[in-house]
This record gives sequence, C-alpha cells and structure tokens, in this order.
Amino acid sequence: MKIVIHFIKKEFQQFKRDPKMFAMVLIAPILQSIILGYAANLDINNINLIVFNQDQSRLSRDYIDKFTHSGYFTITKDVNSYDEMTKDIAASKALIGIVIPRDFEKDISNNRTSHVQILVDGSDGNKGSIAFGYTQGVTSNFSQQIILESAARRGIKTSAGSITPEVRIWYNPELKTRNFMVPSITALILLLTTTLLTSLAVVKEKELGTLEQLIVTPIKPWQMVLGKLIPFVILGFATMALVNSIMIFWFGIPIRGSIIFYLFSSFLYILSTLGLGLFISTISKTQQQAMMVSIFGAMMPMIYLSGFAFPIENMPKIIQYITYAIPMRYFITIIRGVILKGIGFADLWREALMLFIMGITILFLSSLRFKKRLE
Amino acid sequence: MNSIVVKNLTKKFGSFTAVDEVSFEVKRGEIFGFLGANGAGKSTTIKMLCGILEPTSGDALVGGFSVAKEPDKVKQNIGYMSQRFSLYNDLTVEENIDFFGGIYGLEGNLFEERKKWVLHIANLEGKEKLLTSSLPGGIKQRLALGTAVIHKPQIVFLDEPTSGVDPISRRNFWDLINSLSAENITVLVTTHYLEEAEYCNNIILIDAGKLIAEGSSKQLKTNYIKVPIFEIECSNVVEAMELLEKQDFVGETSIFGNNIHVITNEKFKDESQIHNLCKSSSINVKRINKIIPTLEDVFIHLLEKGKK
Repeated sequence: MKIVIHFIKKEFQQFKRDPKMFAMVLIAPILQSIILGYAANLDINNINLIVFNQDQSRLSRDYIDKFTHSGYFTITKDVNSYDEMTKDIAASKALIGIVIPRDFEKDISNNRTSHVQILVDGSDGNKGSIAFGYTQGVTSNFSQQIILESAARRGIKTSAGSITPEVRIWYNPELKTRNFMVPSITALILLLTTTLLTSLAVVKEKELGTLEQLIVTPIKPWQMVLGKLIPFVILGFATMALVNSIMIFWFGIPIRGSIIFYLFSSFLYILSTLGLGLFISTISKTQQQAMMVSIFGAMMPMIYLSGFAFPIENMPKIIQYITYAIPMRYFITIIRGVILKGIGFADLWREALMLFIMGITILFLSSLRFKKRLE
Repeated sequence: MNSIVVKNLTKKFGSFTAVDEVSFEVKRGEIFGFLGANGAGKSTTIKMLCGILEPTSGDALVGGFSVAKEPDKVKQNIGYMSQRFSLYNDLTVEENIDFFGGIYGLEGNLFEERKKWVLHIANLEGKEKLLTSSLPGGIKQRLALGTAVIHKPQIVFLDEPTSGVDPISRRNFWDLINSLSAENITVLVTTHYLEEAEYCNNIILIDAGKLIAEGSSKQLKTNYIKVPIFEIECSNVVEAMELLEKQDFVGETSIFGNNIHVITNEKFKDESQIHNLCKSSSINVKRINKIIPTLEDVFIHLLEKGKK
C-alpha cells in the first residue's frame, strides 16, 4: 500500500505542473455549466408572430390581442400581403404567421365558422410544435369565449358541466430546460476526468518510456492500476463538487434527495468510466489516439445514447435496447431522480445495481488486459 | 562467482524465434558487453533477464534467482536503464529520486544515504529542486542511472545507455560504469559503439537470435578471424574497394577514411596478389599493412558470414 501512496503522490506532483490538466479540471466544468445552463435552452417564451389581418374589424383585433396578452407572443409586424408574410417566415423573422380572412367578423356574427390560416415554421420541429400548440390554445379559448358570449346575449344559460384542469407541475415547476440539463453535467464531467484524463495519463507514461521503467521495478500491476486510478477518482470528485456548487448556488437547483446516495452512485458510475479509460490506454499507442478514442468511442455515444441530450423514449426501439449498455444512462436517471425528484435508493436501486455490475465488469476486464499488456 | 547464468534461453513469438538457445555466463562485478544489430534479439534477451518477459524455454539465473520461476525476486535485485531517459520530466530531481526510492521500498537513513549518493554521482547536489526536463542530456543520464541503482542491486542492465550523448558525457558515463563495477556490481550493457565494447571485460555477439561469438575483445580479435587482414591506403578508395570485392581471395572489405580493410579468405596466398591487382588498374597504392583486426572487422566478418 505504501507503494501505491508513493504513486499517488507522484501523480499529484505531475498534475501540479501540467497546465493542460488544470484547464481541463477547472475550466471544463465551469464552461459546461455555463453552456448547458444558458445556451442549451429549449424553453420557448417569446414567439415572433406576423399577422395578415384582412378583416380589420373589432373582433379580429380582439383575437390578435389575445395573442399579445398571453405572454408567449410578440407581434413583429402587420403585413398587407400574403407574399410579404411568407418572405418574413422564410427569413426566420417570425415563427408563426396568422392570416385572418376578410369576412371574419361577419361570418362569426352570422353564426358561421370562420377559417383562420396559421403558418408555422417547422424547420425546428420541437420549437414549431410548441409554438403551434400555444397558437391553438389561444384560438380555442377565444372561440369558446365567443360561444359563451353569444349564448349569454341570447339569454341562454349554459348549464352543461365542463372540465377545468387544475395543474400542479412537479419536480421542475417552472418547466425550465436548465433545471433538467444542469444536474447531468456531473455525469459528463466525471466522464471527462475519469475516462479521458486517465487514458491520457497512462498513455503518456507509455510514450515517455517511464512505463517500461516501472515494469522492471518490483511494483505489482495492481499497485500500478490503483496508483494511477485513485488520483483521478479524487480529481473526479473535486470537479463534481465544483459543478454541484455552481448548480446549487448559481443556478439555484438544490439536491432534493440523499447526498450520500448521490455520492455512492457516482462512485459506482466512476468504476465503469475508469475501466473504460484504462481499456482505452491499452489499445492506444499515443496520447492523440487515446484522445480520439475517448471522445469518439466513449464520450459521444455516452452523451447521445444516455438520455443526456435526447430523450430515450423518442429513440427507435432498437436504439433504445442499445442504451441499456450505456452506464451513463443509469447514472443520468439517478442524478435526475435524486436532484429533481428527491427520490433515493428505494426507487433507484435497479440503476445503482446496474452501475455496480457494469463498473466491476469493465474495470476487472480492463485491469486484466492492462496487466497482460505489461507482460 | 557468476552473477548471471543463461542456459538455452529461447523466446518464440508465434513461429518467429527471437532468441534461439542462447547460453552465456557473466561474472560478478564484470562489465559485460552485449552486441548485435537492431532486431538481433538483444532487447528480447534483456527483457527476459529482467523478468519482464517469460522465456518460451530454457532459463536464466539472475543474482541467483530464476527468471522463469521467480521474476519478482529478480526484479528486486536488478536495476534497469534504457536509452530513453526513463525519468519523469515534469518532476524535480528530488521528486524523481523520492518516487523511485519509494517504489523500491527504501526508507529512513538508508534512503537518505542513497539519495545523497545519487545526487553525488549525478553532480546535482544543491540542485534538487530543478525540473528534470531542464537538465542537460549527460546529467539526466547520470541521474537516470543513479535512480536505476538506488536500491543497490547486484546487477544492472543498461540498454544502449549512451545513444545520443556527446563524446565527453559518454566518457564520463563510462567512468561511472567502471566505478559501479569497482563496487562489485555486475553491469550488462548493450551498445552500438564498438569503441565502447573495448571497455568491457567480456563481450557476446548475437545475430538472428543466435549467439555467434563470445570472449574478451582480445579473444574475439584473435579467435574469430584466422585469415590475414590488410589495411590499404590508396587513391580512388571506392573504386579500389569495388575491384577488390570481385577477387576470389577477398572475403569482405570495408572503408575507414582513406583506408580499406580487406579481410581475405582461404584462397589468399600473399600480399603480392593485392599489389599486382592494383598495378594492373589505375589505383595508386600508398601503403599496405597486415593488421590486427579491429572489433568492427570481426563483427562485419562474422555477420557477413552469417548472411552467407
């Protein structure tokens, strides 16, 4: 064990002199937090709207006012021709275009249905469908209001029962993308330090020939593995503390669940990411190779297939099956569960168990391969 | 007393035999030269002797321990330094010494004493805080050797330790090797510089995995070339060499500046054959001497013979 401690001490002495390492460990987490906290925003608050009002009646203006008062829309322009409207939508000046027909008020007051045309820029499917949903909501509310008013005018009391939803949004009451994204940064940062940096550090020794020197010393392979991995576990947890502090104190997202369980499952997750790092170091001859393999072979699939960036439920069935082989998938579920929902071991033990099994397997096989490569 | 005894050591990688039934012995405190072309099997042999690579068959006792059966004990009793300075460039002198001392399990007074010794032989007393990357090549190499033997091993393996180092540093380094040998440490060294081989007590030459010559440098020069060797100083060295090579009484030729060394063969009768040959062509011979072969002559002769 003393030998392992000597090894760990040496690793930290090397960290101290490596500015690249500092940048990765300190700047990467801060940058990730800023990017995912501010830039990766799927929320839609401000939909630009163009109106081509051919009617210019009181009722048509009332209808348009409903949009501005909803708080979701800003009217960028009143246009006088259909062409002008399509040009603006093509130029992304507006997401939604509304065309109100000439006989809008007349039709409605004669108890006829009026058809309003809605144009949606659907190039960003997600944004388009949300904006369309809001448009439909405003329109049906307005239409309901007209019916009720006309019934009241004719002295008909509407006694039919109706449903009013009383909505309580749980876990993320403001429905902010940020609250969903920021906690997962922990998974990304741990992946960066334990997979990428570990593989780089081992391959660096290979490149410099110091690994060759270590092999002729009486140091045992398991001591070398521990000595090489423990510093990155410590580093990983330090960056995790940093990221979570930013999350709690800057973005105001508290950890609702058990911190112990959170740390424990992070450790289980690290087992597999360290194992991957070690594995990558056994198949790479240069640091550049290790970097490429880490990024394209480990990090990209993890980010895309873990539910970090895209919801797993929306993936084709076959890809959904593949995601079961991605350790980060389980960790993301745990992170969101613990931080946003405040649930713990009782609900997340399956994910924790999967992380444990995957971690032990990957780490064991990689260590075996590492040992074999040394000989 | 022998500190290394190698017996029929063999290593096969698939169908390729890298080291083929090699046997030799190294006496305690001896400087032992290990020569051979690149890819001849030197590194593979050294790796087996260090306990890193398991022999396919045969065995070697290094410091009394079998490399096949007790590689861990072998490792505790040897030092190893390769041509790549295997120190951490981003650590200071002291941190490197502390790290390797720690890995060999040195502690307390013994460690302090050895640390002082390493600093002393590397001429780095008072410069412990310098970054290793900032040291000049020769000093770095001495530090590397010092840390490689920090645990006072009986045997040290040096794999081309002087490649890429200037002649003065090289000479100083050999003084250091001599002082290790004086302390009764066995030094096994591989090198490409044949003048360095002259510093060794005993030498072996390995080619295509087989041991093809062994002995002191004097023995090698007398035992392995029985035919006369001539040094010819002449004009048109290259033409002369081409001409000589075509003759049936010539084995090998090689150029040394303005001179040609001619290793003859069994068909050779006397010097006049060379004189006559040169007279019949336009080559102007200044001098012909019968010489004692250099190590280079011996090796070229042996390696060429091996090719045939």
